[in-house]
Amino acid sequence: MKPVAFDYEKPADLASAIAFLRRANGEAKVIAGGQSLGPMLNLRLAQPRLLVDVRGIAALNAVEASPDSTTIGAAVTHAAIEDGRIAGPIGGLLSHVAADIAYRAVRNRGTIGGSLAHADPAADWLTTLLLLDASVLIEGSGGRRTLPAAQLVTGPFQTNLAADEILVAVRIPNLSRAARWGYYKFCRKPGEFAEAIGAVLHDPERGVVRAAIGAIGGAPHIVVSAENLLNGGRTEAALHIVEEAGLAEDAYERQVHFVALQRAVRRLSEWRLK
Amino acid sequence: MKSITLRVNDRDVTAAVEPRTQLADFLREQLLLTGTHIGCEHGVCGACTLEIDGAPARSCITYAVACDKATVRTIESFDDDPVMTTLREAFSAEHGLQCGYCTPGMLITARDIVMRLPNADEPRVRKELSGNLCRCTGYNGIVKAIMRVLAARGARSRDGA
Repeated sequence: MKPVAFDYEKPADLASAIAFLRRANGEAKVIAGGQSLGPMLNLRLAQPRLLVDVRGIAALNAVEASPDSTTIGAAVTHAAIEDGRIAGPIGGLLSHVAADIAYRAVRNRGTIGGSLAHADPAADWLTTLLLLDASVLIEGSGGRRTLPAAQLVTGPFQTNLAADEILVAVRIPNLSRAARWGYYKFCRKPGEFAEAIGAVLHDPERGVVRAAIGAIGGAPHIVVSAENLLNGGRTEAALHIVEEAGLAEDAYERQVHFVALQRAVRRLSEWRLK
Repeated sequence: MKSITLRVNDRDVTAAVEPRTQLADFLREQLLLTGTHIGCEHGVCGACTLEIDGAPARSCITYAVACDKATVRTIESFDDDPVMTTLREAFSAEHGLQCGYCTPGMLITARDIVMRLPNADEPRVRKELSGNLCRCTGYNGIVKAIMRVLAARGARSRDGA
């Protein structure tokens, strides 16, 4: 239960962090809060030669709001988001999701970018950020690029980040004041990774009705025109989405995701102004 | 080895650590502060919970090397803390501990609940405690102890004291 020996660097800026990664030739891991990587290191599931600690880099700790979107530095912690660091309607949604991630002692160190780059299929941010149509800002030896979050995750614990690239920030389109959402995470013990996640977002002023099924073994299943979930025939629509997500075969998986999605829809339809 | 300088229980400490050394092992084996207990070593059980820069954290999945310039408080530093004193009394009165293994982590979490969520009701206290496991299953006593301290503090602030 002790990690293999590794080296450790804590660069002050992005350029030197990228230089460390480039020189390590794929044998380094980026660490921020370490709340997912730490367990993997202790269990020796991860055996990097070098850890590059990016917590001290200013760009990764910034939050910027523009009229269209909110950009959240990758090293912003779950606890900061839970406590309201993100302003506006989007902040309400993110705070709600953050509050049920693991436990406060973990949320105090775990980060939104770290969670996304870790790409655990059952993690809350992965499903939430895809529901919100977020994009990710990435920087590496080859320069900067921006990618829809949906294209970042290629499979369970797999992303298309190159070995010398760092996830710098996530950018989320702002919600209007009229936006309503429902998020339902099913787990057997509070704070666990989800067995199933259902999420639905309706923002009439922006013409957005999206739904997500998370904790399905790979990247979450996203529905970009989920109007049927809000109108008549909701049960059939929810069932159809769950089957589309590839969960038709396993009776338990199908049922638990179906119920999570229905409960998310119910939370949306019982929306009260908070 | 990396050299780190940090503040541990109101004392400045400079030490050489291997990067892979968990903060909990550093405190227990290099500083001989054995109040921090190690349980699961992957962030689930909460036994090793302590305070880093004023906020609860797991010291098994935090490496000592990452705590350079940080301020760390272990259970040993709360002897004279007024909130922790009332919590210790309440844990004793409500039978909030049996074998004592989870207790240091429980107390750190309990103090965080009392300070951060002064209006927490029992379901909220139980949810906040869900990251600390007690294998004697003494949760009822622990929850009652925290509720007792919350109630006493609430009554005092209502009295304007």
